[in-house]
Amino acid sequence: MNPSAFSGAEDSSAYLTITDLSMTFRERKQEEEVLANIHLHVAKGEFVSIIGPSGSGKSTLFHLIGGLLQPTSGHIRLEGQEITGKVGHVSYMPQQHALLPWRTVRDNVILPRELAGQSRAKARKESERWLARAGLGEYARSYPHVLSGGMKQRASFIRALLSPQELLLLDEPFGSLDELTRLDMQRWLLDLWEEEKRSVLFITHSIDEALLLSDRVYVFSNKPTTILREIQVPFARPRLEELPLHPEFVALKQEIYQSMKAERASFT
Amino acid sequence: MRAVRWMKGILPPLGVLAGFLLLWQAAVMFFGTKSWILPSPLAIFREGRASYSRLFDNLESTLGITLLGFAIGSLVGVVVACLLHAIPGMKAGFYPLLIMTQNIPTIVLAPLLVIWFGFGLLPKMILITLVCFFPVSVALLGGFARTDASMLDYFRMSGASRAQQFFKLEFPHALPSLFSGLKISATYSVMGAVIAEWMGAEMGIGVLMMSAKATYRSDRMFVSIFAVIIASMLLFSLVALAEKLIVRSSGSREEERR
Repeated sequence: MNPSAFSGAEDSSAYLTITDLSMTFRERKQEEEVLANIHLHVAKGEFVSIIGPSGSGKSTLFHLIGGLLQPTSGHIRLEGQEITGKVGHVSYMPQQHALLPWRTVRDNVILPRELAGQSRAKARKESERWLARAGLGEYARSYPHVLSGGMKQRASFIRALLSPQELLLLDEPFGSLDELTRLDMQRWLLDLWEEEKRSVLFITHSIDEALLLSDRVYVFSNKPTTILREIQVPFARPRLEELPLHPEFVALKQEIYQSMKAERASFT
Repeated sequence: MRAVRWMKGILPPLGVLAGFLLLWQAAVMFFGTKSWILPSPLAIFREGRASYSRLFDNLESTLGITLLGFAIGSLVGVVVACLLHAIPGMKAGFYPLLIMTQNIPTIVLAPLLVIWFGFGLLPKMILITLVCFFPVSVALLGGFARTDASMLDYFRMSGASRAQQFFKLEFPHALPSLFSGLKISATYSVMGAVIAEWMGAEMGIGVLMMSAKATYRSDRMFVSIFAVIIASMLLFSLVALAEKLIVRSSGSREEERR
């Protein structure tokens, strides 16, 4: 299948549109092509995941969308407006929580509001509700070091939610958590998202996680990364806890796993 | 519990110190060492008590120029570091020179400063500033350079301005580094003050040392040395206290690094 065929004709409802994006790093006359002809889009209120092998340039893609890097070619547009190489248009949740240790949990989550010029007092007031939703109400005035790994990720996610930007970029947010906490966090995120319906682009290397949370999934290949497949996740929302046991879910998971495996085999 | 732990920490070194003083006293008494070569701890203590008020006046004078010089020197250090960090290209040009100038022991400039500026306050301030600003600058620049990469990515992607990035991320992040620089320059500033006084001053511990040297009064010399040590430790503790008050949850930061 031609990777550009399925998303070539962009529907105008798309919120984020990435067309023909390529990225090549040059270091000491050595060229490394990381991304090749990536086409993808996220509609408003859509949860889209990217699965790919580790080292497949997923984080580079986020740095490009976030405007930290200038692509070798291609365009990134937000509601039709060019944002290629421009910062400040997306809300980002990094792999490591990146909470500031000298700020209380509350003052950490209101940081994006502060950066946008809102007053601290107002943002603090608004943060109360969200901290309560994350089970962090009683930790509002504590420093991040007293929080557990899962709590830190929740605080980091609340911080991303409080950003004025519509699109959330979540970079393997649960990658460093133990299995049980990870399942809890997926459930928590799912419930919260199904109420909020923000536009999300989510990086993960867990097929389960991608299928459980997303509306659509892009499967990335190895470097130079292209899109292997785009999958519309057929399960109705709200998604139930038992969903991963559903035969259709297992079959889809198997299918994705096979195509990733086949790609790896052809690669080596 | 905390008091017990604190005692457990402080008792062993105190014991060693007491043992050392006892050994010193015993050795001087046993060998009958002449007091102008090595006075006994007891003799030093007696001299210290006898000249207490004179010592105190001189210590006050030394502490005065130390604190003023330390304040000016540290401020210069912070300003230099911030400028080098904030203005693109400045660090590349000036930092290597800064390192190089510090291979010159700045203390050797003291006599020259006397020729240029005389015996007043100005050459003393210049000398202390010269020895103080470097550790502060280097520590702070190091702190800026070590700003957590994922926090920096977060700030930049969020569209933080350069000023927001500096005041909300880089500066607070570098505060612990700043304080380790301040602790070093606190002790340097005492040294700078004493040497400045050797070059010529009306009062101060350095002046006391010079007159003790001229009269072979080793006991007075030791009293002065102990006064300098105490001044040094005092200033160091003041900086450590300020660090505790200002760098909130500093314990947590240590944990973050682990």
